[in-house]
Amino acid sequence: MHIGTKPKNLIKKKVFIQEMNISTEISDRKMKQRLLKDKIFTNGMIFLAFLSGVPLFLILYQLAIKGYRQLNISFIFEEAPDTMEAMIAVANNEIIPGGIANGIVGTLIIVGLASLIAIPLGIICGTYLAENAKGKFAGLVRFIVDMLQGVPSIVLGVIGYIWIVKPVTSGFSALAGSVALSIMMLPSIVRSTEETLKMIPGTLKEAALSLGVPYHKVILKVILPTGISGILTGVILGISRIAGETAPLMLTALGSTVINTNITEPSSAVPLLVWEFYNDPNLVNMIWSASLFLLLLILGLNLSAKAIARKWKVQY
Amino acid sequence: MPTEQKYKEKVVIKNPIEKIESPVLKIDDLSVSYGGDKYAIQNVSAGIAKNKITAIMGPSGCGKSTLLRAINRMHELYPNTHNKGGVYLGDENIYELNPIQLRRKIGMVFQRPNPFPTMSIYDNVIAGFNLNGIKLKRSEKDEIVERSLREVGLWDEVKDTLHNRGTFLSGGQQQRLCIARALAYTPDIILLDEPTSALDPIATSKIEDLLVKLKKDFTIVLVTHNMSQAARISDYSMFMYLGELVEYGKTKQMFTTPKDKRTEEYLTGKFG
Repeated sequence: MHIGTKPKNLIKKKVFIQEMNISTEISDRKMKQRLLKDKIFTNGMIFLAFLSGVPLFLILYQLAIKGYRQLNISFIFEEAPDTMEAMIAVANNEIIPGGIANGIVGTLIIVGLASLIAIPLGIICGTYLAENAKGKFAGLVRFIVDMLQGVPSIVLGVIGYIWIVKPVTSGFSALAGSVALSIMMLPSIVRSTEETLKMIPGTLKEAALSLGVPYHKVILKVILPTGISGILTGVILGISRIAGETAPLMLTALGSTVINTNITEPSSAVPLLVWEFYNDPNLVNMIWSASLFLLLLILGLNLSAKAIARKWKVQY
Repeated sequence: MPTEQKYKEKVVIKNPIEKIESPVLKIDDLSVSYGGDKYAIQNVSAGIAKNKITAIMGPSGCGKSTLLRAINRMHELYPNTHNKGGVYLGDENIYELNPIQLRRKIGMVFQRPNPFPTMSIYDNVIAGFNLNGIKLKRSEKDEIVERSLREVGLWDEVKDTLHNRGTFLSGGQQQRLCIARALAYTPDIILLDEPTSALDPIATSKIEDLLVKLKKDFTIVLVTHNMSQAARISDYSMFMYLGELVEYGKTKQMFTTPKDKRTEEYLTGKFG
């Protein structure tokens, strides 16, 4: 019906325009104006797109210019310098001795532990959501996970403090930092797992079930391996998100001037070190190199996430 | 009891189980609903002949896929399904069996080829064993893979690329791989749900030849949209309409002298 009536309306309109004696011709001048507007709009769009790509390079440039002098082997393998050493070095116009090894080890431990908590939980939860797309309980869980994504990171720090620092480790600890960060990375793993598994055709599940394969093995051996690239991408993006987090760690891991591998003790982390360097006038020069290191780490994680998404993609 | 008498008559007239001698599978007054009082198939009774090809025909939405899926309980993947009546494999009611055990006896091939994308051709064929945790020696596995692939005529085409992913094959090859995967387990019955509707004519004719060849070892039940396919390869045909088994008999007889007016109209292309 709808298709049938359309041309009629068009014809009517044309007749109407002819009766009104309105010219549908466009003058040369107007045409030129239109083309010009078109050009301005297109080029404006290109320029603005370019502009949003600029900050990253400016940041990298700034950090590299100011921080490259500090980046050397000892920067990665030595603990953070104390204020006196740094003051003497700066006074003699030398580079500050020491590095951020305590931060690197702390970040590895805290982020590793957070991943250990959040990855299995997130993948299982995401699988449940994908398998029960329409269920009421799943809808509730999905809503809560979405809300969790919006919880300010400092609030997660407070939670880590209340849950772990006070009752469990009776003092600031890497464990408390891990718990706070694991809550932070959970939503991204859940949602990426869910979205990935939803894309997998249902016929694959049918194929496995029709072979008499029990449901848990269908999920573990057929569905999850098929979605591995999407799930891993989500996991790595989650890791890169928490690796740069500072606020929750201030209230949980606190920081440490030495390498500490005991998870019930206070621990340093790279972003925490940046904050500490900022607070110590003698160590200011270390800010740039530590920031550069952190930024490169996170960029590397993001690039590897993209590479995995492309290379490990399973075709179905 | 006049109502019972009437009911019995109805069953006898419509659903001649007796016609099939020693059926391997008996569908007994089966009704399946996807929720509520609306039934997708209603009061279907039929016996499936051993080592024959039985085709289920009918227009879209007539319940032919539901009937097929009810035979290995794949319809239960949808929530809120319930059914009345039973399906008997030998003497066992399949609705009292564990669906996992049942599906090992009744294999299935689907409309779209669906090899496991993470697995090689070899692993796809042996998937029924691997995924079920059945430990086999390497030589046993090799033998099963070769035998199954030979049976579907794929061995010569893939013997040098057994460890490549199955998804790199053509659609027709993928579908034959899926049949091999179902065969490897040596089920009693193989169900095929429009196995050629996503394939080109050449691949289709290969699958049809294969099914005719396979019936000496397996009982085959096939849902098809394609009447000429049913006429070409099946021994027995069912015609379903609006959830009802309208006619069931030897294919030749049904295509030449259909008993029901609706069957005749469908076969002559008046609807469907």
